[in-house]
Amino acid sequence: MIDSIRGTNLLSLDDLTKAAIVEVLDTAESFVEVNRRTIKKVPALKGRVVASLFFEESTRTRLSFETAAKRLSADVLSLAVASSSVKKGESLRDTIATIDALGIDAVVMRHRSSGAALQVSRYVPHVKVINGGDGQHQHPTQGLLDAFTIRQVLSERHDTTGLESGAELFAGLRILIVGDIRHSRVARSDVAAYAALGAEIRLCAPGTLLPDEVSTWPVTVVDDFDDALEWADVVGLLRLQSERGSGAFVASLDEFTFTHGLTVERARLLRPETLIMHPGPMNRGVEIDSRVVDSDAAIVERQVSNGVPIRMAVLYLCVAGSGEGPGL
Amino acid sequence: MSALVIRQGLVVGVDVGEVADVLIVDGRIAEIARSIDAPGDAYEVDARDCWVGPGFVDLHTHLREPGREAAETIESGARAGALGGYCALVAMPNTEPALDSVALVSFVLERGARTPLDVAVAGAITKDRRGESLAPLAEMAALGVRLFTDDGVGVQDPSVMRRALTYAKPLGVRLAQHCEDEALAAGGTMNEGELSARLGLTGRPALAEELMVLRDIELVRLTNSPLHFLHLSTKRSLDLVLGARAMGLPVSFEVAPHHFTLDESACANYEPVFKVHPPLRARGDVEGLRDALRRGDVDAVATDHAPHAPELKDLPFDEAPAGMLGLEHAASLTFEALGDSADPVSFFQVLSRGPARIAQLRAVDGPRRHSAHGGSMIAGEDANVTVFDPLEHWRVDRHALASRSMNTPYDGRAMAGRVRATIAKGRLVVDQGRLT
Repeated sequence: MIDSIRGTNLLSLDDLTKAAIVEVLDTAESFVEVNRRTIKKVPALKGRVVASLFFEESTRTRLSFETAAKRLSADVLSLAVASSSVKKGESLRDTIATIDALGIDAVVMRHRSSGAALQVSRYVPHVKVINGGDGQHQHPTQGLLDAFTIRQVLSERHDTTGLESGAELFAGLRILIVGDIRHSRVARSDVAAYAALGAEIRLCAPGTLLPDEVSTWPVTVVDDFDDALEWADVVGLLRLQSERGSGAFVASLDEFTFTHGLTVERARLLRPETLIMHPGPMNRGVEIDSRVVDSDAAIVERQVSNGVPIRMAVLYLCVAGSGEGPGL
Repeated sequence: MSALVIRQGLVVGVDVGEVADVLIVDGRIAEIARSIDAPGDAYEVDARDCWVGPGFVDLHTHLREPGREAAETIESGARAGALGGYCALVAMPNTEPALDSVALVSFVLERGARTPLDVAVAGAITKDRRGESLAPLAEMAALGVRLFTDDGVGVQDPSVMRRALTYAKPLGVRLAQHCEDEALAAGGTMNEGELSARLGLTGRPALAEELMVLRDIELVRLTNSPLHFLHLSTKRSLDLVLGARAMGLPVSFEVAPHHFTLDESACANYEPVFKVHPPLRARGDVEGLRDALRRGDVDAVATDHAPHAPELKDLPFDEAPAGMLGLEHAASLTFEALGDSADPVSFFQVLSRGPARIAQLRAVDGPRRHSAHGGSMIAGEDANVTVFDPLEHWRVDRHALASRSMNTPYDGRAMAGRVRATIAKGRLVVDQGRLT
């Protein structure tokens, strides 16, 4: 287990302790403040080069990472690796070697293959690798920003601050994750983060969209979605990954909505204080009804805006490592 | 006249013999005796503390030629085999193009004849290994092909498999099956289970293998045509085939060293060198295979030697091709798995006599185009002999292999026991652990 991501790679949340996660959340708090300034920039990574290497299409994660790197004064090498340019047969090792030859300190990487970020970290041990999503494995910064967003909203409600509350607000917090868990890297990172922070996690999904051997996960699987909605303090919805073939795992999108969509009717079962989250991009009308997205309970936009401070915190901790403070 | 004398090794035939000299003259074992007064020009191989037995036979070698010569050639594969103690290799047909015709089989046989080893061919069961229509089994059988398989994949359609078994039976040949139901394996890349779910890798369930084993046992029962099960990887698969064998059905099976030494946890770091089909299984399966080996239930150890060019193993795990090297360390791993009580007869049984019988490479198997393998270490036999030193310790270095490829899963691993000498077709091919 890793107690701090200072000076390391960030590949997965599976091996981070509560302390390591809280450190990221706390660091992000200070960057929230930076993002409110007129001049949203600190010199923490001045002179460092961060490559953003997205083998898989992404708008928000990429934009969020690159914004974060720039606000830390890093130079950003944004390499357009459209899936078409990485022809089948070109080795991952060659691609990363080319970029490494340009002189980089860190690489933020997204790839459609699980484990690709870990593989790259073996090829360039002197470069810090930050996983921006690998296949169906992990999406660590999403897990961190989801935890950060929950802490932020709950600490406001409790009239405290995120920094003061640490991980306290997660103790016994009832989090329900719904939908395509089997194919979701977000679900894997969320479960790891929430479990490390002490939350109680339930999963609800069609049987085919649960992971194999889910009984070994730190969660309870429930069949009754309506009951689970009444139980939950937080409901985390997931995108139905039809591009990864999830369509074949349910009878139809309509039926998925019928069994596990957060419809207006179902949303009425929620307690007024329950939070609704979604990592985006959303299939409105499939896993969530548009009217529910636009309700006060949904904190989807806060998740998006917290992407920048969380990624600033991750880049700062991983790349600047130990030693001097953030130079705010 | 060329003569060779193997001095003072433990000669292992049908039973453990005694420490003796083995004299080889003109490609045959001329004499075995306590002490032989060899001709003056005879080359001497020191076999003190070693086991001297029939040369190994690999039922399952991917030589990659034609089509993927960057990974291996018949010649480089034969050298790797010789270092591993092999005197005969059965070349798998999943080349490009597949070995599904007289011309292609002849090409491999001719290339093979130029190597120091005997290279036999397993022909494809179906045209282009597509699992649809029968390849010309009779024409290939006339060239001496005795095993047929679509290895790489199994024949998915049960009606095609049934037809192939029925067609093969009067030809006196044996079909061999890569058992995995591809629909159930669903494009998976490692064993299905807790680990694959955590790693976000699609799993290949054990059931995908076991269902096809079960199906094919029933097809053998229906057709009474012999079938060899390739690289069985689960305990349940073994139990099914052992049960069928006990009932008298004409089935045989092999296990591969990686399946009895490595488990699925090797995939935890997404290192593509550990990707193989069938996949590395759960620990219990590994133990099940080792137990069967120690009980003497295993017909053959076969390498499934599957070279891949280095760049292909630098791809992401799910994109990298499946398969790993085997020829150069299979004997050491088999020796290790047999355990402290490793008896030399069982050792040569699974590496030589068992596979030679399945591939019909023995003297009793009738007319053939190869020298005879899997013998009993008696005078008059063709001289295919392996000298194995059970006391030597060594370490695998992927850069020091004779194979053109480096995708060994054992790089840096300590090994017990090593091939000291290989005498193939009467010629000393490996001496003191090196190619001559």
